[in-house]
Amino acid sequence: MANEASERLKLVGWAVVLCALAYLGIVLLVLVITGLAVVLVSVGIPLLMLTFPAVRSFADFHRRWAGNVLGTPIPSPYRPRPPGNALVRLWATARDRATWRDVLWLFVNGIAGLALTFVGAFEGVLGLVFWWWPKKSALYLDAKLIKWMLAPSEKAQLASRVRELAESRAETVDSQAAEIRRIERDLHDGAQARLVALGMNIGMAADAVDKDPQTARLLLAEAQAASSQALAELRGLVRGILPPVLADRGLVGAVRALALATPLPVDVEADVPGRLLPPVESAAYFAVAEALANVIKHSGAQHVRVQLRHDAGVLHMTVEDDGRGGAVPGAGTGLRGIERRLGAFDGRLNVTSPPGGPTLVIMELPCESSSPKTSPSSGTA
Amino acid sequence: MRVVLAEDLALLRDGLIRLLEANDFDVVEAVDNGPSLLRALTTHRPDVAVVDVRLPPTFTDEGLRAAIEARAEIPGLPVLVLSQYVEQLYARELLADRTGGVGYLLKDRVFNVSQFVDAVRQVANGGTAMDPEVISQLLSNRADDEPVRALTPREREVLSLMAEGRSNAAIAGRLFITEKAVSKHTNSIFIRLGLPQSEDDNRRVLAVLAYLNDS
Repeated sequence: MANEASERLKLVGWAVVLCALAYLGIVLLVLVITGLAVVLVSVGIPLLMLTFPAVRSFADFHRRWAGNVLGTPIPSPYRPRPPGNALVRLWATARDRATWRDVLWLFVNGIAGLALTFVGAFEGVLGLVFWWWPKKSALYLDAKLIKWMLAPSEKAQLASRVRELAESRAETVDSQAAEIRRIERDLHDGAQARLVALGMNIGMAADAVDKDPQTARLLLAEAQAASSQALAELRGLVRGILPPVLADRGLVGAVRALALATPLPVDVEADVPGRLLPPVESAAYFAVAEALANVIKHSGAQHVRVQLRHDAGVLHMTVEDDGRGGAVPGAGTGLRGIERRLGAFDGRLNVTSPPGGPTLVIMELPCESSSPKTSPSSGTA
Repeated sequence: MRVVLAEDLALLRDGLIRLLEANDFDVVEAVDNGPSLLRALTTHRPDVAVVDVRLPPTFTDEGLRAAIEARAEIPGLPVLVLSQYVEQLYARELLADRTGGVGYLLKDRVFNVSQFVDAVRQVANGGTAMDPEVISQLLSNRADDEPVRALTPREREVLSLMAEGRSNAAIAGRLFITEKAVSKHTNSIFIRLGLPQSEDDNRRVLAVLAYLNDS
């Protein structure tokens, strides 16, 4: 009962606040109209520069409230702010359709919103007296109105999605180009150079073999060492491109192998039936590898737990350590790299890492349900 | 000594055949894919098999799987697995049946012919030959509470060389100590790991298994 009463009391409070805000909205509307009217006079532009951001915060506040009431969040429809000075930004704001929808809403809110919240406050008081009175009907209508007028249009949602995709594609292309450059450089400075040395040594040994067998033997030993080193370098390089164990055993096997090679006790719990698509598998593997590398480099942890679960078209990966915490996404390149890898597949990274630990890295990757497990040993040649 | 060889690259296969036959091995069959390997192993029952991990038809870990399958059918069938890279995961899978007669080496180890041939013989005799890279990974990842930690650094050194498949004489040469000193160390290792009195070869295998398998 007490709960119910306090809830109804809160409703009254909200109704009063929103009612007051509706008046404030009218003030903002007047400021916008004034600014527009005198835009050619110098005072108009600074006035709008101040008013538009205020309008946006005001509208966002109402979006959040209505989202809470309706149970589904209402996202902001604004385009991202372009770089540049205040004038450029003002121009971009003026060209954003969402700005003018806000202004229209300010007008409607000044009339209908004001009326609804007023009724809402009245209803709320009645509700405090008569328990059977329906809760928040007028306020609910107000929330509906806000959603109808302030939620991003389908077109705006699509536009923002296209923008996201273009960004993630550009990042993917950039990082792939950088990766290819790195591979080229590694091959050029590593294996290729060693093969040249190898050929030279063998040639010199062939020349020396009759006159000076001792030197020939030495040169051949050097050639052998160079070939071993070239192989070791190629192994490292291949591991960085596509670890063989990932190709052999899929994500779970590769993560288990990674756990064994990690100089910390790592528990792996996995529930991923079958194999994922190769690009997803690779992104997921490198994301986990990067997260583990971060643990080793920064956390000072004694123990790590890795969980992999494929569920309803989403691959969930968590890496949890008992280290000192304080990891900030975007601060280092490690977490940023994970974000980029996952972003290419619409995946998400979430890090909780309070100072003092523990750190929990949660990664999600939407992906097709796995293909049936292939059983290599039963295949025929 | 009769050998079955599995390697899909013709160049390497011919090279290995030449190398093995030059060292008095008799290559009874050389195959280039997983299913034929399994058939060859179960029909020839060779003294030792030398197997590449990656084979057709899937070009994944076909060779390893065929070797493990054959050992399930013929327990203790000696198999030396060669690979371009080593994974502890695979080493564990090979050792999981705890019967010995297992080797797992990087392909580059073939360069050192005499050591490679020693490793093949070691495996054929029921010993183990693990690549130093597998062993160094294991060493760095040891937890503190394992029995292997109870060993002195010198004993651990001896044990890791045993795991690589070296004989007492070879270990003595490598560590610049006498063979008698080596056998003193190995005895102390057996005691510390709680291995019962038995034939020395068998205890060697068990000690190496304890070293590689437990964690």
